Amino acid sequence: MADATAKQVLFEPIFSNNPIALQILGICSALAVTTSMNVTLVMCAAVIAVTAFSNLAVSLVRAQIPGSIRIIVQMTIIASLVIVVDQLLKAYAYEISKQLSVFVGLIITNCIVMGRAEGFAMKNGPWLSFLDGIGNGMGYSVMLIFVAFFRELLGAGSLFGVTIMPVVNEGGWYIPNGLLLLPPSAFFIIGLAIWGLRTWKPEQVEDADFKMSRHTVKEAF
Amino acid sequence: MAKAKETVSRTLLVALVLSIAFSVVVSTAAVLLRPAQVENQNLDIRSNILAAAGMLEPGASAEEIEETFSRFDVRLLDLDSGEYVEPQAVGVADPMKYDMYKAASNPELSTDIPASEDKAGIKRRPNVAKIFTLSENGELVRVVLPVHGYGLWSTLYGFISLEGDTNTIEGLGFYDHAETPGLGGEVDNPRWKKQWVGKEVYGDQLDEPQIKLVKGGVSSDAANKEHKVDALSGATLTSRGVEQLVNYWMGQRGYETYLKKLRQGEV
Repeated sequence: MADATAKQVLFEPIFSNNPIALQILGICSALAVTTSMNVTLVMCAAVIAVTAFSNLAVSLVRAQIPGSIRIIVQMTIIASLVIVVDQLLKAYAYEISKQLSVFVGLIITNCIVMGRAEGFAMKNGPWLSFLDGIGNGMGYSVMLIFVAFFRELLGAGSLFGVTIMPVVNEGGWYIPNGLLLLPPSAFFIIGLAIWGLRTWKPEQVEDADFKMSRHTVKEAF
Repeated sequence: MAKAKETVSRTLLVALVLSIAFSVVVSTAAVLLRPAQVENQNLDIRSNILAAAGMLEPGASAEEIEETFSRFDVRLLDLDSGEYVEPQAVGVADPMKYDMYKAASNPELSTDIPASEDKAGIKRRPNVAKIFTLSENGELVRVVLPVHGYGLWSTLYGFISLEGDTNTIEGLGFYDHAETPGLGGEVDNPRWKKQWVGKEVYGDQLDEPQIKLVKGGVSSDAANKEHKVDALSGATLTSRGVEQLVNYWMGQRGYETYLKKLRQGEV
């Protein structure tokens, strides 16, 4: 870890070590905020900012943090940053903050943020940690944008609120797939994305936990 | 080094210093951003009211919204007597500051709705409502009334706007709900909302609200078509919720007393 270069730290999490696709972290908000591109982009920006600055702050004080309270200290830092981000959104992007509602606050519990603070920033210098935060935030964002693209396009026939395929309810021809506007659809899209990613990069495929043995019991005919 | 970090006093010291430092960060942000947030909230409420009245231009700037809204009179209305009340009666100085939904959970400012009459599914009703009237040359041309009620998953909050005859609907819009996107969520669909324009709330006797949401569309030769609106497809319960909440708020327990007095020029 210590010899990781800035470039690696920044770009590895995007495809090679994607927090959602490989580590399967941060799924909750990936289901909740991906119905439209606008909302998703703001959420991504918020998560990138929080992971980057919490990593930076944790890394700066890492030598001072007593081991017994380190998780609490990380939580305090993350929670403070999330509140600041939430306040900023309410002041400057009110419409979107209304749609994101509770999910901005829930960035506090996003496993990615905490995972990077504990797993990376506690052991690395401020600059690398900051980049690692941005990198992981971007890894999260790439996945969210991918999911949101399909959900908004096929679920509402639009992208960024601009109509691409006019839907039947508004006099067009496209019958929207309502499932895609509901949270479970994100599971399918994330699943397909992971499948695609692991086909492209087979080294991400996990070793099987067990092997199916041959069927040996003789059926009673 | 590791040892020195782990003493109790040091742990407490680090915890204290970090807590203070981050409290300062958080409170600074909260205090500095407060004015912008309050402004956003106010603007949001105003644009919802204008949207229900069909007076919100797409892409209108904050000043334009403020300008249009300032033509409205904000009034506090006692629902039972149908008379306006002074803001002091509900403990506020400025009528705009009164929150009727907060008042609904205050026993002194609200009443229980008997289950048999609770068509809108709201359980308690504030005694005083905050309404918006628009007069031109001394004549009432619009009245915007807040309505709310239960749909399928959530309480829908919105405004209904009536023309000066207090019978013809000029618009209905919901600004807060959590109905299923694509089905019940279509209450926000502009094409659906457009159907409400020109419908009449009351029958010839102007007594009972008659609004009905019907399945399969309203044909041009349907009986009582002036009271009928096409229900939302795939959203039976949301449609029923909307029908009942409109009829509840336009009925005896809602604004009917006030609207009658308004027609007779008593308020």
